[in-house]
Amino acid sequence: MSIVTVQLGQCGNQVGHEVFSCLCRDLCGTHGLCSSRENQSYQDACRERFFWEEESGGSVARAVLVDMEPKVISQTLSMAARSGFWKYSDHSHFCQKQGSGNNWANGYSVHGPRHKEAIMNLVQKEAERCDRLGGFFTLMSMAGGTGSGLGAFVTQCLRDAFPTSFILNHIVWPYGTGEVIVQNYNSVLTLSHLYRSSDALLVHENDVIHKICAQLMNIKQISFRDVNQVIAHQLGSVFQPTHPAGGDSDYSRNPLGDLMEVLVPHPEFKLLALRNIPQMPENSLAYSTFSWPGLLKHLRQMLIANAKMEEGIDWQVRPPPPGSSIPSHSTKKPLHFNTSIANLLILRGKDVHSTDLGSFQDPSLYTSWLNPQDAFHAWKTPRAFNKYEKSASLVSNSQFLLKPLDSVVGKAWNMFASKAYIHQYMKFGIEEEDFLDSFTTLEQVISSYTTL
Amino acid sequence: MTQSVVVQVGQCGNQVGCRFWDLALREHAAVNKKGIYDEALSSFFRNVDTRTGGDGPDIYKGKICSLKARALLIDMEEGVVNEILQGPLRDVFDSKQLITDVSGSGNNWAVGHKLYGYQYRENIVEKLRRTAEHCDCLQCFFIIHSMGGGTGSGLGTFVLNLLEDEFPEVYRFVTSVYPSGEDDVITSPYNSVLAMKELNEHADCVLPIENESLFDIVNKINQMISSGKLGSTVKQNSLVTSSAASAKTLQEKPFDAMNNIVANLLLNLTSSARFEGSLNMDLNEISMNLVPFPRLHYLVSSLTPLYTLADVNVPSRRLDQMFSDAFSRDHQLIRADPKHSLYLACALLVRGNVQVSDLRRNIERLKPSLHFVSWNQEGWKTGLCSVPPVGHSHSLLALANNTCVKPTFTELKDRFMKLYKKKAHLHHYLQIDGMEQSCFSEAVSSLSDLIEEYNELDATKGGPRTDPSRLKIAV
Repeated sequence: MSIVTVQLGQCGNQVGHEVFSCLCRDLCGTHGLCSSRENQSYQDACRERFFWEEESGGSVARAVLVDMEPKVISQTLSMAARSGFWKYSDHSHFCQKQGSGNNWANGYSVHGPRHKEAIMNLVQKEAERCDRLGGFFTLMSMAGGTGSGLGAFVTQCLRDAFPTSFILNHIVWPYGTGEVIVQNYNSVLTLSHLYRSSDALLVHENDVIHKICAQLMNIKQISFRDVNQVIAHQLGSVFQPTHPAGGDSDYSRNPLGDLMEVLVPHPEFKLLALRNIPQMPENSLAYSTFSWPGLLKHLRQMLIANAKMEEGIDWQVRPPPPGSSIPSHSTKKPLHFNTSIANLLILRGKDVHSTDLGSFQDPSLYTSWLNPQDAFHAWKTPRAFNKYEKSASLVSNSQFLLKPLDSVVGKAWNMFASKAYIHQYMKFGIEEEDFLDSFTTLEQVISSYTTL
Repeated sequence: MTQSVVVQVGQCGNQVGCRFWDLALREHAAVNKKGIYDEALSSFFRNVDTRTGGDGPDIYKGKICSLKARALLIDMEEGVVNEILQGPLRDVFDSKQLITDVSGSGNNWAVGHKLYGYQYRENIVEKLRRTAEHCDCLQCFFIIHSMGGGTGSGLGTFVLNLLEDEFPEVYRFVTSVYPSGEDDVITSPYNSVLAMKELNEHADCVLPIENESLFDIVNKINQMISSGKLGSTVKQNSLVTSSAASAKTLQEKPFDAMNNIVANLLLNLTSSARFEGSLNMDLNEISMNLVPFPRLHYLVSSLTPLYTLADVNVPSRRLDQMFSDAFSRDHQLIRADPKHSLYLACALLVRGNVQVSDLRRNIERLKPSLHFVSWNQEGWKTGLCSVPPVGHSHSLLALANNTCVKPTFTELKDRFMKLYKKKAHLHHYLQIDGMEQSCFSEAVSSLSDLIEEYNELDATKGGPRTDPSRLKIAV
């Protein structure tokens, strides 16, 4: 099954380019530490999922690029073409001349309806090109105007046009200290709208990735390209072909569907986090060895203590002792214990089938209204990813985003109370009512996750 | 890609404008080595085929034939515009972009606004339309003028009004040179306050400039150079005050150095819209992020560095110094100290070899010493453009919406009231058709309201922060 990627705005397009580059590098650059038959099967599955082949034999990404101004798209197209291994189609992008001005209302209420037909035509073409459509993967940031506003509108259109397809939105959460002054407004509006039309929201926080770059990757002068490459690696570790839990020898044919099934049991809970270890500079890889027990232990503690990377994990945080049947919203659980609804572990590499995952099935990790057997799943693939001998990714639906979400909503509310910048949104048709609706939706989400 | 049109009005406006076109050509020549007419160039220039003689069709792609500025030059005297047309920039403008008259406005806002405005309205609209038609996607009008005189102030604000009526969707950025206390034009307070009302009501963003600040910056640079404190020589073309041609070959006119600073301001402001970068900042984003309430659209600007040394080894400390300087009092283009007043919003547009981590590090470092309004504690807008200005490896433009503009306005109001109470020179204005006493009272009232808005914000500074209570959800 194939996935159609929709890249929206500057961030969406920049990240998208890095994702396809990473996928291609993993495909072509390594043999994956497994048999060549296995490798061939992996490559075929990946190609079908993300690329189509043109007559001359080149790989073309299954992607639609959308932006309201031309500079980023033209840069993205030319960078991809220069790689020599893959490219974007010349006919799958849509851009205008003047951007959205960081104005969500401009993206959603003006650009959206105006360009709906043209954009959806491109999406339709890509969808028809797939033998079997596995769903949509959108890439956007929340802080700006196009990715956020137009992205929310396009997601709605996707939902209307493809009611039975899966939609996964990847969202870049902006740095806490401003990239854009109205980022909190744009974020609130985006999240509330996406919550209605999307199946799940996979979130990467710039602050977190920045720390990974600084502390784990040892990059001195971190650029957005560095940040995007880490994000791409993490996404690749999830979306590259995997064997479904049954231990079947075939790669999963329905990646997005499988993901939704195991991670989103209830429509009120759609926020997904991604943790991937190990993460290190490429030139250190050859000198490092990892053991599965070690990696899994770290990953479990990262989940519990809500740590986003392998350094600075708080080992003091523990789940409540077993045998004390505490309802999940009791106050006895330590306040910073991160409760999960569902977890998905994706393991790739050497000796993957010998791993013991019992620690992740501990009921104390999860909310009480799900059976741990239903809440936890693991997909194991012997084919190594992106030169990492062993790589473990944890996709989880948990309370991880509570604090950042609460912070963003709080700041947006504070600004809203003083009515600052509201006139800019009203100019394009978003009224105070719309803001209030969005705030209400998100307070509901915060409340739901808090009482887990 | 979008286009912008520059409307330069009056003597000051045209002199600054002239410097702008000079430096814009220099900047594009440095970046555009192959002589291809690209999107970056098209933001300010048309590419015209002049072989057919006169106004040939626009050439949208391919080699540069003849570049024409997207500009309108307006002056009610001929001297300045004629000089431009005889100087090295004569080929950049054509006669259809000029509107001139002979006798000037006599430093009288009413003459500029009411008399000449009425007289030249059709002409101006027609020429603006023509310029707009040559644009594929017109995003912004830049008006350059001074506040203290008659033409720039009066006719300039008339044009501002006109732009709002005729092109409501296009942004209006105004660069206004404010008169100093010792201005030799006695009626400059009248002209300025009358113009302020128009700026309050019809501009999207105003960048106020004060000659004193420009003068201080020029002096500072000259002192640094002549004192020999700088170990190695300064790169001539990196001076924020330098003109395109080498300073030695051309006799620089007295205000050129100061005007070059303003020209550089405009170039840096539009750099991210013209050139690529990892975090683009377009003009509509500037307006969106820096204007929280419609009338509070006055942005204090600062440019750093003022020069670079010829020494190529620029350590990272120098980079951080650039950020610190942007917030210091002596780099601001008006007499103001943003550090000790209240920030409503701040934008940092970085050019050149600077990455997001440098930006973040410096924001973290400087934040504690700055006061931001309670509802916008993280009020930073940032942009990264890959192409540095000529002669530099990196540069920074800081735009602040800060209550430190208030003293400039209160002083202006005080000088106005001094004259107005005695009704000095009032008759020169009132004898013009369309001018009444109410124009004056409305103007000063508009200014007072603006000052009051800043006062209210200042009152919140340093006070206890009580965040409004959040919505409660029934569980």
